[in-house]
Amino acid sequence: MGEWDLPLIWAGIIGIAVALYVILDGFDLGVGILFPFSRDEKERDQMIGSIAPFWDGNETWLVLGGVGLWVAFPPAYAAIMSALYLPVIVMLLALVFRGVAFEFRTVAETSKRYWNFAFAAGSALAAICQGVILGALIQGINVKDGGFAGSAFDWATPFALMCGLGVLAGYALLGATWLVMKTDGEVATRAKRHAKMLVLAVLGFMALVSLWTPLAFERIATRWFSTPNIYYLWPVPLLTAATAFALWRWLETGREIPPFIAAIVLFLLGYAGLVISVFPYLVPPSLTIWDTAASAASQRFMLIGTLPLLPIILGYVVFVYWIFRGKVRHGEGYHH
Amino acid sequence: MELDPILIARLQFAFTITFHIIFPAFTIGLSAYIATLLVMWVGTGQDRYQRLARFWTRIFAVSFAMGVVSGIVLSYQFGTNWSRFSVFAGNIVGPLIGYEVLTAFFLEATFLGIMLFGWGRVPRWLQVLSSIMVAIGTIISAFWVLAANSWMHTPTGHEIVDGVAMPLDWWAIVFNPSFPYRLAHMLNASFLTAGFVVLAVGARYWLSDRHPEQARIMIKMAVVLLAILAPLQLLIGDQHGLNTLKHQPIKIAAIEAHWDSDKPVDFHIFAWPNEAAQTNDWALSIPNAGSLVLTHKLNGLIIGLKDVAPQNRPPIKTVFFAFRIMLAIGFFMIAAALIGAWLLWRGMLLDTRWYLRIVSHSWWTGFVAVVAGWVTTESGRQPWVVQGMLRTADATSPNAASMVLSTLILFVIVYAIVFAMGIYYINRLIERGPQGRAVEPPEQGSGRRPLSSAHDAGREALARGS
Ligand code: HDD
Ligand code: HEM
Ligand code: HEM
Repeated sequence: MGEWDLPLIWAGIIGIAVALYVILDGFDLGVGILFPFSRDEKERDQMIGSIAPFWDGNETWLVLGGVGLWVAFPPAYAAIMSALYLPVIVMLLALVFRGVAFEFRTVAETSKRYWNFAFAAGSALAAICQGVILGALIQGINVKDGGFAGSAFDWATPFALMCGLGVLAGYALLGATWLVMKTDGEVATRAKRHAKMLVLAVLGFMALVSLWTPLAFERIATRWFSTPNIYYLWPVPLLTAATAFALWRWLETGREIPPFIAAIVLFLLGYAGLVISVFPYLVPPSLTIWDTAASAASQRFMLIGTLPLLPIILGYVVFVYWIFRGKVRHGEGYHH
Repeated sequence: MELDPILIARLQFAFTITFHIIFPAFTIGLSAYIATLLVMWVGTGQDRYQRLARFWTRIFAVSFAMGVVSGIVLSYQFGTNWSRFSVFAGNIVGPLIGYEVLTAFFLEATFLGIMLFGWGRVPRWLQVLSSIMVAIGTIISAFWVLAANSWMHTPTGHEIVDGVAMPLDWWAIVFNPSFPYRLAHMLNASFLTAGFVVLAVGARYWLSDRHPEQARIMIKMAVVLLAILAPLQLLIGDQHGLNTLKHQPIKIAAIEAHWDSDKPVDFHIFAWPNEAAQTNDWALSIPNAGSLVLTHKLNGLIIGLKDVAPQNRPPIKTVFFAFRIMLAIGFFMIAAALIGAWLLWRGMLLDTRWYLRIVSHSWWTGFVAVVAGWVTTESGRQPWVVQGMLRTADATSPNAASMVLSTLILFVIVYAIVFAMGIYYINRLIERGPQGRAVEPPEQGSGRRPLSSAHDAGREALARGS
């Protein structure tokens, strides 16, 4: 293997892990975000029941993303985690609350409503933090001599905050379309209503980011609007608009599975847009994937296992979603 | 007072990792127990094993959730709190943890879903297989994370290039000198921990005359298992100690509070190590016992603490007392297990109420011993984070002390709530006891039923049960 393609392969693997995380945990965090709109315990059980067998596996992609970053790009992991110390820790704590809420609320009696709250608030807070982390990465991290050299609140900008809200809306959209697909009755009807509003919100945020980033960050403007890039990048926004339109139509016509798929495609398009803006930087604006790569021996050792294991893991994912296919009906809930 | 960012970062890490290890210590052992029960269910066809397995599965689910969320925190803390460690050791420790994610965490998470929610939906063989897979997953997880940790104690198979550890020989890195001992000791510790919880719960039911059928299974299985594993732990621990003497002699000197290289080692049953005067106050000791254990000679000599400069010594009191707590519990466990086995052999176990009363209160022993053992090991390595190569003080992230302190306070608050409620809910599950009738698995091949009809079975079980 050449000197430079290992880091590229690893960037690809981590990119896939992050995309899978965002989609998979995105919809179950989204169900949490929509949790406060449910009206009774039965509906809440139904909502949670639709994601209960999956959430642990979904969250494991977050671990793979983080650890993968550490394995393949230790200096980038170190710089990013130091720079984004607070949003990362708050996100982790939010995930703690929401993760234990799954089990706690089934055992709880009088304190059940607190865990309902913990589940919803934890999901929303984790989503916002992830958006802030994303925004902070796009706007760049102050690095000197390969290590973080900024201050504790560098990440706290209006742009990062806006990204936080954008991810919140995006996850809620994934969650709503998931509920349309996996539930019935009042929960599904309400989810359909929410999904429509959320498509508009998500489109709005996407437009905002697309305008804001090239205006504020010269490097991103150059990437998109210089020739010849612009010739082959223009379909990205067009496809996005078409997908959003299709999503809306499918909701109107009462389709149940296509909206969820369209929401995923919407996410992937947004993700592709970000990758185009940022690549090949891992810690914009200074460290590329080649600057921060781990030793080739480590990347190779890890790759040897990852290549056969990743398809097996994807097999697990398909398997467990297959086992628990079908709708969770009203009145059915969470129990084991 | 000036805040020391290193101290606070260490406190934070020690706090979060100690919180985490409490759950693996329990879930590794408990998942093996549940899998065993389900295999017995299939083997004997007796539903009481299934009911018991499902009872423990509910408790397992709560513990496992706490283990998962606290573990996710840890995997990010290497970067947030120990960024210079992450860069220094990332090429070596990173891939080991990476393999843990790929080979263990996905396996656990996938089959956990089926283990918890598959009842009445998947065929019997898959239900049993899932619980076995989860148990195997926890052991694989321990394998990799302990390889990483052991490498930090006894690093081999690497070279240092530009101040960063680079891998040379992965076999030597994974199977570093202390790893086999640590893996065996920790896995056995988990089985002991879960074993004492099961024994305590069984005894509690038996004494209060609830669920006698299940109580009897729990007590007998636990006593037989513990009678083998508790003495085994002493053997493994002894070998572990000899290995440590070879590779980290100062840690052993701190464990024994042994100051002078030219004197034989006494075993101090109690002492108050006095670091200023470099001696022990109020020592109650067995002369030469330490030499006998460590060198197999009455007058054998080992290196003493005075041989290294004070700034290169671990915190002696911490190591010394933590070790003694573990040892005391270890001997208690051996005694409890052997007495139980003797009573069982004489056919008096279930009638000996004083014995059952004592063990019904000793559910916590494994947890305390595990934490004490880890404090011994990790504090005994100080001032190094990677033995002989990277000092803890040089491993931190460049974060302001005030910020690390704020997040530490957040961690303490959140974990205190989660822990208190977790314990409370587990207690409630134990109070409720095994409930409901056994669930009929669907006919072979009808695992393909849609969610709704499968849930009818579950709902029925629930209606009958709680
Ligand atoms: C001896 C065993 C052991 C030790 C020393 C550790 N763990 Fe652990 N960990 C487990 C045994 C385990 C487990 C048995 O596999 C867990 C515990 C209960 C559980 O839910 O899975 C787990 C869960 C768990 C998870 C969640 C997995 C998931 O998403 O399903 C993560 C990310 C970590 N751990 C990470 C760590 C890190 C970074 C550690 C050290 C610094 C660490 N663990 C020490
Ligand atoms: C799971 C059981 C473990 C427990 C209970 C544990 C406990 C501790 C404690 C109490 C400390 C603080 C020691 C001190 O500062 O005096 C510490 C330090 C540390 N441990 Fe462990 N540890 C465990 C496993 C691990 C593993 C598996 C790793 C790495 C793969 C690890 C890496 C570290 C690091 C990086 C430090 C920082 C140095 C320090 O704080 O002093 N530990 N651990
Ligand atoms: C009964 C006699 C025991 C002996 C002689 C013994 C010995 C030891 C020694 C020497 C260490 C330090 C290893 C190092 O140098 O790093 C250790 C660590 C440890 N002990 Fe024990 N131990 C005993 C019982 C127990 C029991 C009953 C438990 C828990 C149920 C336990 C759990 C641990 C753990 C979790 C560690 C840290 C991990 C490791 O380094 O293996 N030990 N033990």
